[in-house]
Formats: sequence, structure tokens, C-alpha cells
Amino acid sequence: MDEEYDVIVLGTGLTECILSGLLSVDGQKVLHMDRNDYYGGDSASLNLTQLYQKFRGTPPPESLQLGRDRDYAVDLIPKFILSSGELTRMLVHTDVVRYLEFKVVAGSYVYRDGRISKVPSTEMEAVRSPLMGLFEKRRARNFFQYLQNWKEADPATHQGLDINKCSMKDVYTKFGLEAGTQDFIGHAMALWLDDDYITKPARPTIDRIILYTQSMARYGKSPYIYPLYGLGELPQAFARLSAIYGGTYMLDKQIESVNVDENGVFTGVTSGGETVRAKKVIGDPSYFGAGKDLESGGKVRVIEIGKVIRAICILKHPIPGTDDSDSAQIIIPQNQVGRRNDIYIATVSSAHNVAAQNVWIAMVSTIVETSVPEREILPGLQLLGNVVDKFVSITPLYAPTSPGTDENIFITKSYDATSHFETVVEEVFDVWQRVKGEKLVLKKREVELEA
Amino acid sequence: MASEEAPVKAVQVKLVLLGEAAVGKSSLVLRFCSNDFNENTSPTIGAAFLTQKCRLENRIVKFEIWDTAGQERFHSLAPMYYRNAAAAVVVYDITKAASLEKAKAWVKELQRQANPNIVIALVGNKLDLVSDGPAKSVDEPAEATTDAEGDDSTPPPPSTTAQPSSSDSDDLRQVSTAEAETYAKESSLLFFEASAKTGANVSELFTEIAKTIPMESLAPKPAQGAAAAGGRGGRQEQGRGENVQLGEGQQAKKGGCC
Repeated sequence: MDEEYDVIVLGTGLTECILSGLLSVDGQKVLHMDRNDYYGGDSASLNLTQLYQKFRGTPPPESLQLGRDRDYAVDLIPKFILSSGELTRMLVHTDVVRYLEFKVVAGSYVYRDGRISKVPSTEMEAVRSPLMGLFEKRRARNFFQYLQNWKEADPATHQGLDINKCSMKDVYTKFGLEAGTQDFIGHAMALWLDDDYITKPARPTIDRIILYTQSMARYGKSPYIYPLYGLGELPQAFARLSAIYGGTYMLDKQIESVNVDENGVFTGVTSGGETVRAKKVIGDPSYFGAGKDLESGGKVRVIEIGKVIRAICILKHPIPGTDDSDSAQIIIPQNQVGRRNDIYIATVSSAHNVAAQNVWIAMVSTIVETSVPEREILPGLQLLGNVVDKFVSITPLYAPTSPGTDENIFITKSYDATSHFETVVEEVFDVWQRVKGEKLVLKKREVELEA
Repeated sequence: MASEEAPVKAVQVKLVLLGEAAVGKSSLVLRFCSNDFNENTSPTIGAAFLTQKCRLENRIVKFEIWDTAGQERFHSLAPMYYRNAAAAVVVYDITKAASLEKAKAWVKELQRQANPNIVIALVGNKLDLVSDGPAKSVDEPAEATTDAEGDDSTPPPPSTTAQPSSSDSDDLRQVSTAEAETYAKESSLLFFEASAKTGANVSELFTEIAKTIPMESLAPKPAQGAAAAGGRGGRQEQGRGENVQLGEGQQAKKGGCC
């Protein structure tokens, strides 16, 4: 390995693969390595054998009759794609979308007073929805109409509220929305994980509500889309983009050390006794001492910023109350179950080529608040009915201790507890800025059209 | 053989290329799709996939041809690559014995990873480097070869592989036709020796694949059908279980037919 690269990328998670795809298109010489023999890192989708191997160290038990190994692509993180969000834009702009097929997630549900209800996706559903009383519906309608008509440049549409300054609480108060409706709007639409947003300026929340409603309007049913064969297809697709533009891929490579010179500046990585040199390195926290006491160099490069609990559950029926949906999201707002953070449930099934016929995969997740995290997800597990098998993991979330520009070492963040990929794209923009010293501008790839 | 547009709808099939680096995978596709050849192609860059139509008597097969993009080099091809491939062309270099062994490993990999009905063709490329070739490409040899020579005449780069017709290059052959053919038969593969450089057997190869693909197994694919019916830019609400189309005009295309 005598070649020298511009950038070495460690870990083939989605964040890293988007970055190496964009860097390769930009003309950088990229070497992309992963310690696993599969793509995706923490955002991989595993077949049954890999799943049981990872969590149990055993093959899948015959007795459960789960069907063919190859029919499974079980996601390790529960996320959907907002159909009008930033990841969609990135997929289209890079033309990576051609490698993928998507389906609309069948429904989005919210838990209230002990039962789940569909988040209305049409006017008709809104009228019939049990989520609000008649008068509250009218008030909510005024609120949504306000959002629809709001124009930055036209103060007449602001109705006396400066949403850049006033809090979301002020907005709720103006429209007289009840606490339950606030929960619904803040958690099921703006997709905040806790209530901190209420006292902050309203603008980000309103932007998120608009993103949600635009995504909902794009395909109906729900604001989310999901790739056939699982989320693990996303990193693979961006890796292919990178490879097509000259990126070199090596899987199944243990990284023995990340090397620096006397000033602490990155020089290369050593793998299998061989050292490869490069100007810069990008990688996920697991390659930079995450979970270990001290990295060999002695420098602490990543810190834990929280923990997430995720329970992957195999079901042989759709989640009760979801209208037999092949896929759904269920949000349990924190107030409903006396927590600080929401509990999320995401379910997909054989309709997405991620499980055998008549098998559903549901993932219950939340941010850990206590010393007994398994008890924290019970309200979610109770909604699932009979669970055939369950894999629980408690994952620390890491963030880099520095931007890395002085050392040319650029570390990405762990995948957070949000239900979509918007923060992943923010992360891509942020790392690009750190690596390149300039803002990322998405250029559309040249596409030849049929004559 | 252009003109006469039959009102038959083209069936789109995914075809993947496999084989050791530098056996000429991309060159075969370039010959097939553009009837072109470059002496010194660098490892594949910039093309996501190419498409080319193949007209048969009763149907049109539109190949969507996926190149490895170099990901075969360190055995890091993603499962996505094999996904839904209806055909695979596994290429070796008849002047490199080791490349046939690699090809056999790829065939195994396909049998493990890919769709069980996949049509696999084993192709010994670089037939132009040996003169004893068994493949006396009977059909339309003249047309194909003259085209190729026309291309070559432009810049003659310093290449040891130049004179294909010159006499005693026979000893370059390291894989006998019989050996590869026997293996192909045992493993139920289509088999061709071809030359991307001269064009020998290239269109024959793809035509044979097109004939062999069991269309019945492709036609009633519910997801695909629904996506097609939903149409491009189907922004409105779609029925249950249908796929969505994100970008518009998202497919790279190269015209022509074989």
C-alpha cells in the first residue's frame, strides 16, 4: 500500500458514505475502510445470521421458524426518511436515488390517553380524528392556516407575532391550543424529543412543522419514505457513488492505529501491519477510542453525550391499532407516560423486503433517563402484542471533543435518537465545512437523457 | 438493423459484470453499448450504469448494465450490486490462467448471493490476442472488425498488445477453450470467447443472454409494475404498497440497439 490518499474514511455508516461519495465526486482520492465485512457500520441492515451473531453469538434458532436468512435486512437504527427533507434532496442531487427503490411508510401514529391514533394525513381524516374535540379542531385549523399564509416579507401575515423572537409557548397561547394539542404538534409533527422547545424561539419549531406537512403532502399517508431492503441500502448506494468516482473500498480491515506526527497531526492509518498515508482522516467515533478508556495516543478524542436504548422486536403480526399497516411510526409523547423524552416505535415488514412473509420488525427506542433503561421502554413494548424475539441494546452516543481542523482528524457523531435523517445531513454539512474549509454546495450530477 | 419500431414494450433487466480487475469488463460493455474500444481505459470512473437495448424477434430487452466500479478489487462489492440482477457476465482473460480461477469464485459468490434464476454467462475476453481462436465468429465479422480498426487507427498508443493478427501470439493463451467450456457446462453457464477490441462475439453474447432470461419470471413483478403505473413524478397520493419515484429523469441512457 504505497499509494497516498487525500482522505481516508473509517467506517461505512451513512454519514461516512455520504461524505466519501461527495468527496470522490469533488475529485479527492478516497480510501474507505471498515472493520466489519459488511457495509453500514452502526447504520447497517443485517440478515438473520448476522443479527443473531451480533447480539447472541449464536445462529438463529430453528424453533422460531423465521424463514430464510436472506429475506432479512434488519436495521440497527430506527429511522425513516422525511420525503421532503434534506436527505431526499441529497439523494436526488447526487443521483444516488437511481440505485434505490422507496415505499411510503403507511402511517404515522401518536399515543394519547392509553391508545394510539393516526396522525391525520387528509382533511377527511382530520375531521374524523379522535385526537381533538370539535372546538379544538377549529382552533388548530386557525393555527395551520396561519402557518400556511405566513410570509417572511409580509408583516400583515404575522398577526403580531415575531416568530423569530417569541417563544412557541406564545404561539400556542395566541391560538388557544390545549396541552394535548401542544403535545401532538410539538412531538408528532415538529418531532421534538422533549419539551425544551416550548420556551425557545418559535421559528425552528414552525420550520419543522412545515417540513412535516410538506412531506405529508408529497405522497400522502405519512411524511416518511423507506428504502426497499432496509436502511443499509443508503450507505451502500453512496459508497457506490464514491467508487464510481474512483474511491477505493476495503471491508473487513481491522484498524490497528491512527497515526499522528510530533505535532499531533494525522499522517496515516495502520491496518494488518501495513501503513497507508493520507492528508486527512474522517471516521465514526468507534475508530477513535469510543468506549475505551484511553486511545493509544493518549488523547481523548470523543466523549459520551448520552445513551439510547433500542429494542429490535420480531413480530408475526402488525402492531395492533395500526390498521394492519405494513409499516408505521408510533410516537409516545413524554408527557403521556411521565418521561422527559419521547418513546418511538418504528415498524417495517416483508412489504419492504426486510423480513420474511408475515413477519414485522418493530424497534422501540428512547433516550435513557434512568439506571433501568429496559423498564423505560415498557410502554412501547406493551403496544406490540406478542413478541417472537427481542434484541435490546443500550448504545452510548459519542461526539468529537474538537472540530479536528488542527489535526486533520475529523470525527462524526453517533446516530441520535431522532426518527429521521435530518441531523445526519446536518452532520454531513458540518464535517464537510471542517474538512474542506468551505460550505458544501450540492451540484447536480450530469444525467444523460434518453434520446 | 435500426428502424421498424415494433410496438413491443422493452423489458428492463439488470445485468451485472464480474471478474478480476483489468480483464476487460468495461471494455466489453463499451463495445456493446457504443461499438467503441479504448486501448488504455483507466479503471472505471464516472458511469453509474449504461443501458442498451437488445431486439429479439418477439421482445425487446433493455439491459441496465452495472459495472463493479472497482469495488471487486478488495472484495468489497455491496449486496446491493447483486440485488435483482437477472443476468451476470463473469469475465476472465484468456491470456491469464489465474483470472479463470477468480471467475469461478465469482460464479460461486453469485450462486450464494444473487437471485436463484440469474442467467450467468462466462466470457473469455481478449480473443484478439490469440490467433487460434475457436470462435470463428461466423456472423457479421466484417462489419464489427472494420469498425474497431477504424477506432484504433487514431492514436496508436505504445502497447504490447497491438498486432492481433501477427503470427505466433498463440502462446499468449493460457486458458484453453475446452477447459473453460467444460467448466461452464458443468455449472450451467452460457459460454463465449470474445474480444472487446475487435467486437468478436460481443453482440452475440448479449443477444444469447437476452434470449435465455426467463421473461415470465420478470414480467409479473408486482412492485415494479406498480411503480411503473404510478408513473414518473407521481407526486399525488398513491395506492397501497406502491413505490415512489423521487427524482425525475433519473436514469442514464445510451441510445441504440443491437
